[in-house]
Amino acid sequence: MARQRKPPPGVDPRLLIKDAAKLLPEPSRRRFLRGAASLGALAALTGCDIIDNNTSENALRVISTFNDRVQALIFNPNTLAPEYPESKITRPFPFNAYYSEDEAPDVDADKWELEIGGLVDNKKPWTLPELYKLAEVSQITRHVCVEGWSAIGSWQGVKLSDFLKMIGADLTAKYVWFQCAEGYSNTIDMPTALHPQTQLTLKFDHQILPRAYGFPMKIRIPTKLGFKNPKYVTAMWVQNNDAGGYWENQGYNWFSGL
Amino acid sequence: MTLHATTDPQLMPDAAARPIIHPVWVRVTHWLNALAMLIMIGSGWQIYDASPLFDFAFPRQIALGNWLGGALLWHFAAMWLLMANGLVYLILGFATGRFRRKLVPIYPREVLGDLFTALRGKLSHADLSVYNAVQKLLYVGIILTGVVIVLSGLSIWKPVQFHYLTSFFGGYDTARYVHFGAMAAIVAFLVVHVALAVLVPKSLRAMIIDR
Repeated sequence: MARQRKPPPGVDPRLLIKDAAKLLPEPSRRRFLRGAASLGALAALTGCDIIDNNTSENALRVISTFNDRVQALIFNPNTLAPEYPESKITRPFPFNAYYSEDEAPDVDADKWELEIGGLVDNKKPWTLPELYKLAEVSQITRHVCVEGWSAIGSWQGVKLSDFLKMIGADLTAKYVWFQCAEGYSNTIDMPTALHPQTQLTLKFDHQILPRAYGFPMKIRIPTKLGFKNPKYVTAMWVQNNDAGGYWENQGYNWFSGL
Repeated sequence: MTLHATTDPQLMPDAAARPIIHPVWVRVTHWLNALAMLIMIGSGWQIYDASPLFDFAFPRQIALGNWLGGALLWHFAAMWLLMANGLVYLILGFATGRFRRKLVPIYPREVLGDLFTALRGKLSHADLSVYNAVQKLLYVGIILTGVVIVLSGLSIWKPVQFHYLTSFFGGYDTARYVHFGAMAAIVAFLVVHVALAVLVPKSLRAMIIDR
């Protein structure tokens, strides 16, 4: 039987679709909006689907913000992510992004500079040769994806806390915001930025970071889910306002600590 | 407005004479747990589908949350209800002596005996306040499974901060299998539990209105 659900009174179906679409990841959002004119999409959003509708998503986001605070409390700045022997490294280490590998940014090393901004004394941009000269730290840790899978990788680079101190960053600021070549971004909390294992990563397994893993620089944070480890980083800002991030803005938990 | 304790015999007929089957805290925690479990299982299936452990995925129609991000929001919201409610249930279960009175001892011989009686359809349900041996075993089992699913879940959620717990479950990847196995056990229990409640409807009534 063909039964059409009517939108609840006082609810503009177009706005409802717009709001719900905001919760979808970028590619599906576009697909979704294209098909939004159909009655089927409208029926899916109204009527009985109370557990998947917009109001409950808003309530869930409030709880997610509460979970951010709980995770900040659980976060112990001295607890280290377990480290593994070289034999445990996942080979090949997976490429992972919301685009395919051949769509990954192809950064020109000669033109690339790490832009520094916000609450920092020395905002001089950094070239790759300058970064390669800094003291190197190394870790073999587990990358845990929000999807559930995990892989163990070997990363080398500069300890972020040392770097922040060196450039005279205000360590009492609340956030560090990273921007990436393809438009990806992340904001992390200062305690995580200062964690001893948080790294400006320039190498994977002692080789210059390959394009697939974020050349020329990624941020390795073994205390956070993979999507909070930005690749192809072009800028770093120290600031007191939360600038959000690519996935965080679409509904992934902001703190996403491990 | 003042509240008066109800002592009017007409409002509470045979209250004193009738044995309590399920005190109110059991009924409230039971149904809150049912709600939390359904949300956790439904959203858990959606999360599983993002990176399946086995060669199958759960149909999207029966999974909660539309996409991974939505399912994670549900999962990490309902976990508070599951944990808080579960904790209240465990504390009251021990403190009131209900677990001791109703769930132990369990003798294998009685379990087998009651199981065969049940399969022949001859198990008595005259007194719902007393559990048969199969019920005792299943209820103790499901409580322990509940503890395992929460602890393995915490070990997946916080494999750095709770790394000792994660190691206890055999590491991050193994903990996912433990978490999945506990879910499968709970779903299996749920199927039997609901089927039996339908077969013995007064047991369902007792869990709602205690009579």
